[in-house]
Amino acid sequence: MSYPDGSPGWLITRHAEAKELLTHKSFSARQEGIISPVPTELQYDGRAADPGAFAKTDDPIHSQYRKLVTGFFTVRRTRQLAPMIERIVHEQLDDLEKAGPGADLVEVFTESVPSRVMCEMIGVPESERKTLQRHVETLGRLSCTVPEALAAVSGMSGFLSRFVPARMDDPRDDLLGDLIRGGQLNEQELMGMAATLITGAFDTTGNMLAMGVFTLLEHPDQLARLREDPELMAGAVEELLRFLTISHLGASRWALEDVEFAGQAIKKGEVVTVALPAVNRDPERYNNPDQLDIGRTDHGHLALGHGVHQCLGQHLARTILRVGYEALFDRFPTLRLTVPGDEVPMRDDFVHYGPRSLPVTWDD
Amino acid sequence: MRITADREVCCAAGQCALIAPDLFDQSDEDGSVVLLEAQPDAGRLDTLREVVSRCPTGAIRIEEDPGA
Repeated sequence: MSYPDGSPGWLITRHAEAKELLTHKSFSARQEGIISPVPTELQYDGRAADPGAFAKTDDPIHSQYRKLVTGFFTVRRTRQLAPMIERIVHEQLDDLEKAGPGADLVEVFTESVPSRVMCEMIGVPESERKTLQRHVETLGRLSCTVPEALAAVSGMSGFLSRFVPARMDDPRDDLLGDLIRGGQLNEQELMGMAATLITGAFDTTGNMLAMGVFTLLEHPDQLARLREDPELMAGAVEELLRFLTISHLGASRWALEDVEFAGQAIKKGEVVTVALPAVNRDPERYNNPDQLDIGRTDHGHLALGHGVHQCLGQHLARTILRVGYEALFDRFPTLRLTVPGDEVPMRDDFVHYGPRSLPVTWDD
Repeated sequence: MRITADREVCCAAGQCALIAPDLFDQSDEDGSVVLLEAQPDAGRLDTLREVVSRCPTGAIRIEEDPGA
């Protein structure tokens, strides 16, 4: 295939090859070689990632940074955050109750929960949250112009250049405070790390939360199964991650050298994109791949990536999704869409797919 | 059957602790793999195969007993 800038590129649609690519030593995640597979004004123009922005680097730099925070995102640590997440979820559901019957679930619930959780983890004041959310959203919009992106980046870095030094003078008992006390990162690196955590957490889980609710409302048989047997929730979250794959523009890597991969000669510098939604519905990997089956046990999806860059916050996301779906359908058992499913406005011009708004109502 | 877990290769993604929490944990310090049971019952082979397949860095390996 051709990338929008005219350079040749490759698309992977098979599950097995996607896993191989994402662990292959000849392919790099470094920002300087990545080209967007879809038209957008935003290109990296060969610039390296900011210090601390580890997601767009390779090992060993990547793992040096990532290891400083992995302890905060283990299965056990993120499960321990469940009471905090439950409190935030229920506060937002209180707001939903007050707003209706009849409200936009995205505005009142799904977009607020993950950003509040991350703000609490790194100590960002609530007053800054919505502004940061707008900046993250701008940068995730494919139609974003260069001036819009520059304004969003300067808004983010303006905030971080006030916030991080203030916390360095007065480290709190939170994730950022621990990083500061660890003493291994300078101010620039702390800013890059905070920006990575904010952008990684805000837009992803919110869209997944909203898309999951939308999907369950559109699959009442599956929702009924879930209500009958709450034990199915963990598997349902995995199945929704697979079925929806909201990172729909995939993961991209570029060849560090001429390499033969999957029977193709790929030249140094060429970019390979994994079509994550296709990979997660690969008929060679899944039975009835296009069917949502919350009882499915063969997960192994790549919705959260694979290889060393596999999503750092994946267990936090799982906990938010589980708590969020459970509490929402528990408190609003008659929840339903107020428009036909195909009239729900979608964010089809964003890096992460999801509903722009989700008009719902319920019986009082 | 014997499990090995390479903490140098591990990227702390936690798939093992998610799938088989009785066999694997993650260190508090950097999330790297902690093996709780190196020689589990043969009945766990399917679960372990899933752990191996989902480990994003190939840090977990199983050595099956000869003839098993």
